[in-house]
Amino acid sequence: MDVMLSASSASSLIDGFGTALTPLNLLWAATGVLLGTAIGVLPGIGPAMAVALLLPVTYGLDPTAAFIMFAGIYYGGMFGGSTTSILLNTPGESAAVIAAIEGNPMAKSGRGSQALAAAAVGHFAGGMIGTTLLVVLAPTVADLAVDIGAPDYFAIMVLAFIAVTSVLGSSRVRGFASLLIGLTIGLVGLDQMTGQQRLTFGSLQLSDGIDVVIVAVGLFAIGEALWVAAHLRRGGQGAIPVGRPWLGRHELRRTWKPWLRGPVIGFPFGAIPAGGAEIPTFLSYITEKRLSKNKQEFGKGAIEGVAGPESAASASAAGTLVSMLTLGLPTTAVAAVMLAAFQQYGIQPGPLLFEREPELVWGLIASLFVGMVMLLVLNLPLAPVWSKLLRVPRPYLYAGILFFAAVGAYAVGGEAIDLVILLIIGLIGLMMRRYGLPVLPAIIGVILGPNAEQQLRRALQISDGSVTGLVNTPFAVTVYAIIVVLLAWPWLKRLLPSARRSEGRRERVEDGG
Amino acid sequence: MSTPETPPPADASAAPPPPAERPTGLRAYSELGVCALLLAVGVLVLVDAVTMETVASVRGPVGPRTVPLIVGIALLVVAVLLAVDVLRGGRGEAEGGEDVDLSEPGDWRTVALLAGVFLAFAALIDPLGFPLSGALLFWGSAYALGSRTHTLTRDPLIAAGLSVATYVVFHTLLGVQLPGGPLMGVV
Repeated sequence: MDVMLSASSASSLIDGFGTALTPLNLLWAATGVLLGTAIGVLPGIGPAMAVALLLPVTYGLDPTAAFIMFAGIYYGGMFGGSTTSILLNTPGESAAVIAAIEGNPMAKSGRGSQALAAAAVGHFAGGMIGTTLLVVLAPTVADLAVDIGAPDYFAIMVLAFIAVTSVLGSSRVRGFASLLIGLTIGLVGLDQMTGQQRLTFGSLQLSDGIDVVIVAVGLFAIGEALWVAAHLRRGGQGAIPVGRPWLGRHELRRTWKPWLRGPVIGFPFGAIPAGGAEIPTFLSYITEKRLSKNKQEFGKGAIEGVAGPESAASASAAGTLVSMLTLGLPTTAVAAVMLAAFQQYGIQPGPLLFEREPELVWGLIASLFVGMVMLLVLNLPLAPVWSKLLRVPRPYLYAGILFFAAVGAYAVGGEAIDLVILLIIGLIGLMMRRYGLPVLPAIIGVILGPNAEQQLRRALQISDGSVTGLVNTPFAVTVYAIIVVLLAWPWLKRLLPSARRSEGRRERVEDGG
Repeated sequence: MSTPETPPPADASAAPPPPAERPTGLRAYSELGVCALLLAVGVLVLVDAVTMETVASVRGPVGPRTVPLIVGIALLVVAVLLAVDVLRGGRGEAEGGEDVDLSEPGDWRTVALLAGVFLAFAALIDPLGFPLSGALLFWGSAYALGSRTHTLTRDPLIAAGLSVATYVVFHTLLGVQLPGGPLMGVV
């Protein structure tokens, strides 16, 4: 059975390469990785904002091309993000926080080229191993999940809601506040089952609902640009000049094991709703520190502390794609925005995606391999060129973000009123950043909320209103058990003193960075 | 971790990490505004749900009201819990970033200026067309964000170039029709 399965996914993958290697799709992959690297290097723009700003391309491109480009942006953002962390020491993407701890001291002591090379090869190794695991595991997961029904879907979505509010961030009540803001925005419009108007206040404009493009662009782009505008750093710090990345034999001996260990930690954490790359990069860092023969170098520029976490980060991106493609469960902000793009096309990611859209899925997966090779070629020799992007005048950068956000929102329906709604959602995003409400729960609430409500009603319709209809499958019961563990985690955590101590240390590390 | 230890204060036994500078007085409790907003939204959602006309053809036991009722009640609960947290001294952690300097107080004048520029763009896009109003949006935003040295030279050129290029790309590549306005009518 297993052999047959892997044989069939091998042949599907070959078909996928057939899709990915057409000249046009290669062009989209190249566009994606170029944009992604640029966006990763540029301060202030993360991959989630970039994909949100590019959602309007879904009106003109076919889905395969669009997703090949989005995946390139996701992976490219990780490559580029570590360049900024290492040379500037002010990481923007949470995935790149750890890279700054060891990478920046390395750059300061004149070993920036080695740090950049360790990061780039780490991303390549992590991405390759992670994507291979995706090829092996995703069809199996999709197969196992293929006959899950409404109660199971509802359970998965509740898991997503609880996980993004409870696992991430320092304050649960703020996470829930954010989730509820998202769910409320998702309620606006006509009820999908009865056509009943909800929260429309008689406005024709609102009865179509608030388009998810406007919500994503408002929260990620306008909210971020306004927040940075309120606290713009005057007279920024200069980036450390750096030469071409390279690694000597001595460094290679120290980095090859961390490169291979990173994905083991990164991939599973990417697949579960635990906030993407933040936790696995940190875990990889402490693992490398514990295993290293050069412990005294940690904190002053230990190359293992760059190689392992960066490899874990890219592998976690591959893990994220497993749960997004097979279950429709977004575990990071980028995955959430990509899910919104699927909805724009009317495609429902989930177990049936591999059967219904094999060309899209396998073309996307194959293009990940192609994109990784492109990224390695782009980043190893060209890192000094990319680092010049750090000199972009900040007024132009943030004015540009506002400009493209406005274009994207207007393209949704060609109505000026959408721009006003966009600004209001942007101001909500600004408030959320000011008062520490995480953005991810809100966007997941908007995207999954309406879907979750439908599944809930469908499940209860089948069981004729009995609540047992929500827990009558082993799958759903398992998921609810996980949810209970997540909710009880703060109390369970007290039983694990070592985990608490290291978390305290991590906060200090981040404060210092 | 390699940073030199700061000399311990007199009672070093429970030395907390130095707290970030916090505003005092009323501003310290400005986060209660978030609670007020959540409360208001909660009431709004509940009122909307309760005043909903019941539809005869409700399929299944759960109607269009159920989820709004749950969300509305949850909003009220979270608003209260957040208020309790704030009054007990809990504070939301403001988000950091590459270009974010949290040591300075917020520059809300710039934010207001940007919001104004954005609203002006929303008002002007239909009468003026995208190329012109888009250029104004970029130019005005850059000015609000502190671009002063090239206000009348480089900035408007970049703004115009970006705006026209975007118009052309959206029109030809994506097939999304942005309004050309009188300017494009002449061209």
